[in-house]
Amino acid sequence: MTKEKLVVIGNGMAGCRAVEEILKRDPERYEIAIFGAEPRVNYNRIMLSPVLAGEKTFDDIVINDEAWYRDNGIALHAGRWVTGVDLEARKVLAEGGLEVAYDKLILATGSDPFRLPLPGADLSGVVTFRDLDDVDAMIAASAKPGARAVVIGGGLLGLEAAYGLARRGMGATVVHLMDVLMERQLDESAGYLLREALLERGVETVLGAHSEAIVGEDGKVTGLKLKDGRVLPCEILVMAVGIRPNATLAKASGLQVNRGIIVDDAMRTSDPAVFSVGECVEHRGNCYGLVAPIWDMCRALAEELTDGEGAYQGSVLSTRLKVSGVDVFSAGKFAGGEGCEDIVFRDAARGVYKRVVIEDGRVAGAVLFGDAADGGWYFDLMKAGTDVAEIRDTIIFGQAITEGLSGLDPSAAVAAMPDTQEICGCNGVCKGAITSAITAQGLTTLDDVRAVTKASASCGSCTPLVEQVIKATLGDGFKVQTGPKPMCKCTSHPHGAVREAILAQDLKSMPAVMQAMEWSTPDGCASCRPALNYYLLCAWPGEYVDDSQSRFINERVHANIQKDGTYSVVPRMWGGMTTPDELRAIADVADKYAIPAVKVTGGQRIDLLGVQKDDLPAVWADLNAAGMVSGHAYAKGLRTVKTCVGSEWCRFGTQDSTGLGIKLEKFMWGSWAPAKVKLAVSGCPRNCAESTCKDIGVICVDSGYEIHVGGAAGLHIQGTQLLTKVATEEEAIQLISAVMQMYREGGWYLERIYKWMARIGLETIHAATVEDLDNRAALFARFVKSQETAQVDPWAERASKGVEAGEFKPMATLPMGMAAE
Amino acid sequence: MTIQTFDIDPAWHDVGAVTDIPERGSRRVATAQGDVAVFRTGDGQVFALVDRCPHKHGPLSQGIVHGHGVTCPLHSWVIDLKTGQPTGADAGKGCTPVVPVRVQDGRVLLAQPVMAG
Ligand code: SRM
Ligand SMILES: Cc1cc2nc3c(=O)[nH]c(=O)nc-3n(C[C@H](O)[C@H](O)[C@H](O)COP(=O)(O)OP(=O)(O)OC[C@H]3O[C@@H](n4cnc5c(N)ncnc54)[C@H](O)[C@@H]3O)c2cc1C
Ligand code: SF4
Ligand code: FES
Repeated sequence: MTKEKLVVIGNGMAGCRAVEEILKRDPERYEIAIFGAEPRVNYNRIMLSPVLAGEKTFDDIVINDEAWYRDNGIALHAGRWVTGVDLEARKVLAEGGLEVAYDKLILATGSDPFRLPLPGADLSGVVTFRDLDDVDAMIAASAKPGARAVVIGGGLLGLEAAYGLARRGMGATVVHLMDVLMERQLDESAGYLLREALLERGVETVLGAHSEAIVGEDGKVTGLKLKDGRVLPCEILVMAVGIRPNATLAKASGLQVNRGIIVDDAMRTSDPAVFSVGECVEHRGNCYGLVAPIWDMCRALAEELTDGEGAYQGSVLSTRLKVSGVDVFSAGKFAGGEGCEDIVFRDAARGVYKRVVIEDGRVAGAVLFGDAADGGWYFDLMKAGTDVAEIRDTIIFGQAITEGLSGLDPSAAVAAMPDTQEICGCNGVCKGAITSAITAQGLTTLDDVRAVTKASASCGSCTPLVEQVIKATLGDGFKVQTGPKPMCKCTSHPHGAVREAILAQDLKSMPAVMQAMEWSTPDGCASCRPALNYYLLCAWPGEYVDDSQSRFINERVHANIQKDGTYSVVPRMWGGMTTPDELRAIADVADKYAIPAVKVTGGQRIDLLGVQKDDLPAVWADLNAAGMVSGHAYAKGLRTVKTCVGSEWCRFGTQDSTGLGIKLEKFMWGSWAPAKVKLAVSGCPRNCAESTCKDIGVICVDSGYEIHVGGAAGLHIQGTQLLTKVATEEEAIQLISAVMQMYREGGWYLERIYKWMARIGLETIHAATVEDLDNRAALFARFVKSQETAQVDPWAERASKGVEAGEFKPMATLPMGMAAE
Repeated sequence: MTIQTFDIDPAWHDVGAVTDIPERGSRRVATAQGDVAVFRTGDGQVFALVDRCPHKHGPLSQGIVHGHGVTCPLHSWVIDLKTGQPTGADAGKGCTPVVPVRVQDGRVLLAQPVMAG
């Protein structure tokens, strides 16, 4: 009996696995031939990374050696390209005129690395990362002493390439378009930890970077130029920006191809005798770039080709990064979302971050960093769709703890824990230490336990567990916690502790704060994100980059949103003074852009109401041209400085209140603060500028300037209190700036000056800014420093310097409506 | 749940690159029947809704995006990006129409309506 002829195109992971699966089921059925363009036997492609890093050799990663082909009677055509398939005649045509007939054909042509069409992409030294030849080229480049590498792409491949090159002694820099490394697998928190871990291993990362051109000399690459003008020098440049299914051959042969080769659940293409598996495939609209789905596909295909019924259903994916000592795992909906519940565990001391996403009582995804031992367990729970309601309370602690306690309710589970069970990971406190402290010292509250044992002292995540332990030990004797209110639901720390930690621990980014302070959510919420953004901005002026997506719309677009979705525009009118030219410019702008309403505000300036968002940059450009800048009517920061006419005109005026108001506003505009800050300067105690209901108010008297603090006239009418009196304008400006800076550094987000003052006391402010002149000078100096980078007109940046250009116009305009529902 | 049904496959219209939309942010697409808000979430997914809050028609494209929701800039209702439904305390109070969207090779495609005969 003659055997059926099976030809496989592609001697890679999928092609050979398919053959293995078939041989396992029916070793006698087919006469097999395999074509592979690479001149070598089948090897484990994913292990090229350790080969590059020098942790493995090629021999270590061969999957099937020559003997395997021989023993199984497989003809291997290695190093030979297949140039065509004749579907009619059922023949494969290869380089050198070779023709091989088939009864069944498997296409396993993998994928091609994507090359960015940058100028200079064809220079020598520009490589991709796909096969052994690429690895050899990289190793050769690394042999040159002092050589540097740039890798474009901060995904799995790019990072493994950069790590490998760094291991070979090269300076390696990864350039990534996104703000988060491996953003398709990791959330921001894990991405941040990964970035730090790579840095420790000699890999630098440049995020949010747009590549502009590859530069070279004598046909060889010498560097990568970024859009911001920076040039990163390098002798080798690796492009790891993604892959494209290799469907060229299939398409040329007349098979149905979309992004990849289209197959049904039996892995059959549009020709009944032709099948396809691997990265070249498109199944139910999905293309895959990992091996796990390939194994599933190969099993289905082998069933189909050995008289069974192949039923591939698509795959759920998980990823691990192969960088030594960096434990990363990601699967499923790792980033959660509406309707999902996040369980987050952080251990700042060990650099661990774990996030398990629960949806409808089942695990929907997970991302683990620093300790990924339970990755497989979460992945299994996720794939099986197991109902995890029963183990929800302990699931984040992993399989061992959870299964050790299964079947018990949380309090019984805690009671059943052995004394040696670690409860608080960061401080290494086990259950026994807590229970004995409680009984020995008569502790009754969480605070007591924290103070004595350190359990849950740095961390929010084990607090519920510690409480359970106290409850189990004391029964009804347990007193519920009182104490400083946490910032929000994401953390157990109050605002003050977070602000202190930012400075004390040099925390310079939002993920850094969230990790160090063990946030219980992955990326914060609408309350803590704006607060942290401000705290970081205040702590690291000129260094921290503002996160516009953590700002309310008004501060994001520098205008106030109105009920109909239009915006209002309020230019500064220094101290309430204006000129005919400014008024004409405002009138012209109102006409030109058909602005429906012009109003005098309660803050002594003019509001243009009803501006279309698209028109904002043009409106600003016209106002800028007339010398006007943003009035920050939207800002948690300096708003208006109201003045009265003062000694210039008024028969009672004692000082130039208008002039001082203008000086103050020109000095202090642009500064961000915990909440809005309004100032006023009145020329005499008649107080026509309403100084005594402002955050900081000045009342001029014959002998100088009274400085008042802590007023407001909004929801709560609040009169100011007198801080002190100073003799000169200079001193007034210095003192007011010092108070402002003290508030900026110590106020909690959304806490206006009067509330801050009620919390810390007028005496404290007095001691720090009036009695201690050195301290006043230091506060003033810090304010001045902060102003150096804060005083940029956000309107000018957007109107003429192209900042956030995409924000104001629609990303596209379509002549027709859109399908909905 | 909003169920997306089509008798014929809709035509898809390329409205730009995924990277044109800021992460945890949104962009508008202007159409003859008003704006469509296209969102990109922290996990890189793309959603599209008619740019109109079910409450008092606030432009959802101007809200803060968190998880798979957006907080309306006017009165802080939180709208689920997948279903267009308000969530939490405002659940069940109306709904914003979902616009079918898909991402292919880094491009954002919106569905054009099938012409009614
Ligand atoms: C435009 C203006 C009313 C007017 O037409 O005069 C106004 C308009 C708004 N005020 Fe005001 N306030 C305006 C002067 C005032 C004043 C009077 C003043 O500054 O002398 C007060 C009382 C003084 C004070 O702040 O203590 C005032 C106390 C408030 C409050 C209560 C603040 C508080 O801490 O109690 C709010 C609510 C808030 O900030 O959360 C508020 C909030 C608002 C908001 C921002 C409401 C909002 O969130 O959208 C309004 C924005 C409309 C817009 O798009 O412009 N507005 N608001 C005034 C703009 C002043 C300016 O030139 O910048
Ligand atoms: C460095 C690296 C690290 C990776 N790490 C991981 C990981 O950690 N985890 C994971 O799951 N995945 C990883 N992957 C992805 C994984 O390797 C691929 O998913 C897998 O190799 C795809 O198998 P395949 O058979 O479809 O394609 P390939 O393995 O690429 O095989 C396709 C073969 O077909 C040949 N071929 C193509 N066209 C022709 C033709 N016309 N004629 C003859 N031969 C042809 C090619 O030469 C190639 O040998 C990694 C990939 C790389 C490059
Ligand atoms: S008082 Fe202020 S917040 Fe209230 S309606 Fe008037 S402008 Fe708006
Ligand atoms: S209009 Fe959206 S919450 Fe009111």
